[in-house]
Amino acid sequence: MPSLSYHRPSSITEAVQMAHDDPDAKLLAGGQSIIPSLKLGLLAPSAFIDLGGLADLRGVRLAGRSLRIGAMSSHAEVANSADVRKHLPALAHLASGIGDRQVRNRGTIGGSLANNDPAADYPGAVLGLGAELRTDRRAIPADSFFQGLFATALGPDEIITAVEFPLPERAAYVKFPQPASRFALVGVFVSLTGKSVRVAVTGAGACVFRVPELEQALARGFSPESLAGITMPADALNTDLHGSAEYRAHLIPVLTRRAVAQALA
Amino acid sequence: MPLQIQLRVNGSAVTTEITPDTLLATFLREHLHLTGTHVGCDTASCGACTVLLDGLAVKSCNVLVAQVQNCDITTIEGITPADGSLHPMQAAFKACHGLQCGFCTPGMIMSAIDLVMHHDHSSDAEIRAGLTGNLCRCTGYHNIVRAVMQAAPIMRSAKS
Repeated sequence: MPSLSYHRPSSITEAVQMAHDDPDAKLLAGGQSIIPSLKLGLLAPSAFIDLGGLADLRGVRLAGRSLRIGAMSSHAEVANSADVRKHLPALAHLASGIGDRQVRNRGTIGGSLANNDPAADYPGAVLGLGAELRTDRRAIPADSFFQGLFATALGPDEIITAVEFPLPERAAYVKFPQPASRFALVGVFVSLTGKSVRVAVTGAGACVFRVPELEQALARGFSPESLAGITMPADALNTDLHGSAEYRAHLIPVLTRRAVAQALA
Repeated sequence: MPLQIQLRVNGSAVTTEITPDTLLATFLREHLHLTGTHVGCDTASCGACTVLLDGLAVKSCNVLVAQVQNCDITTIEGITPADGSLHPMQAAFKACHGLQCGFCTPGMIMSAIDLVMHHDHSSDAEIRAGLTGNLCRCTGYHNIVRAVMQAAPIMRSAKS
């Protein structure tokens, strides 16, 4: 590994200033994706700016009809939070299925979202619930946050501070995990709030995306039967060692039906 | 640039200088010579490097020492009582023949301790799901699951 500096800011303002002053530095959250990337030589930052000391970025808070989750909350903290389990069980279930127990003790929601891995689970929930990302300077709606392969709306020195999840009437997340890594080969998050239905798909494309055809069919009737006969084109979907684009296309309506059934259960 | 850090390892305070890219696994093995923590895959997949960080299982090949400033680390060397007897989880792995070559065993035991202390582990399925972060290429896992089931009530009664 090349020579690297390490900074541990004690406030969000200080962290933003450090990122601003050194464009080659990288923010470090739990490190569960960035440390492997560093080891593989996929990136060579001048410095890590470790957000681990910022207590303001942790914790889950229920505020009216939404749950605010601090960006540095670990997957295990989200999965075990009494508030998340009670008010947004689909999100607790999603968090409890990320990676493995050791990874869940370190990995964070903010780190996962800033990284925007095409097969990550959290982007499914954020887009599938129409959540809002809070940063040090603004609020970014999920619909404009995810911009492509490992690409987001974040500025180079912008830090996610929390994610605000509106509470739906019904929601569920079902993934077909790659059995070794437990990343999503395809994962589908569905939610119903009033008459609004959202269907977000992760693992299948360059980054998470919504499927208007499935949403419209479910808005007419929120049941697995409403999806009968709908097929997905394989264009622009991922093909890799674990599955072809056609296979992933096939899984999208299958998993959506299962997610709707689970949301209704 | 070297970094001055302090942490506790198996109950003892450690103050040291490291480079910022030093992995916790490397630090434990090569600086402190605690070679019970194994490095198998070095990609955070196999779990052989599992240690407890403030009581929670983590993969030490995927954590920087710089990140664990002022934290408590427990390795396999730190779980045995002062009289040299075995920790209940170690004793159960021995009694149930929960190992063959033994390479995965330190990580498996550290992971199993966190599982029993903090997570549901009453069924075979829960234990298997709880140990997905640890790979064993010898045993087929059956005896490992039996060992965790045997150790769990002993650990719980010791805790209460």
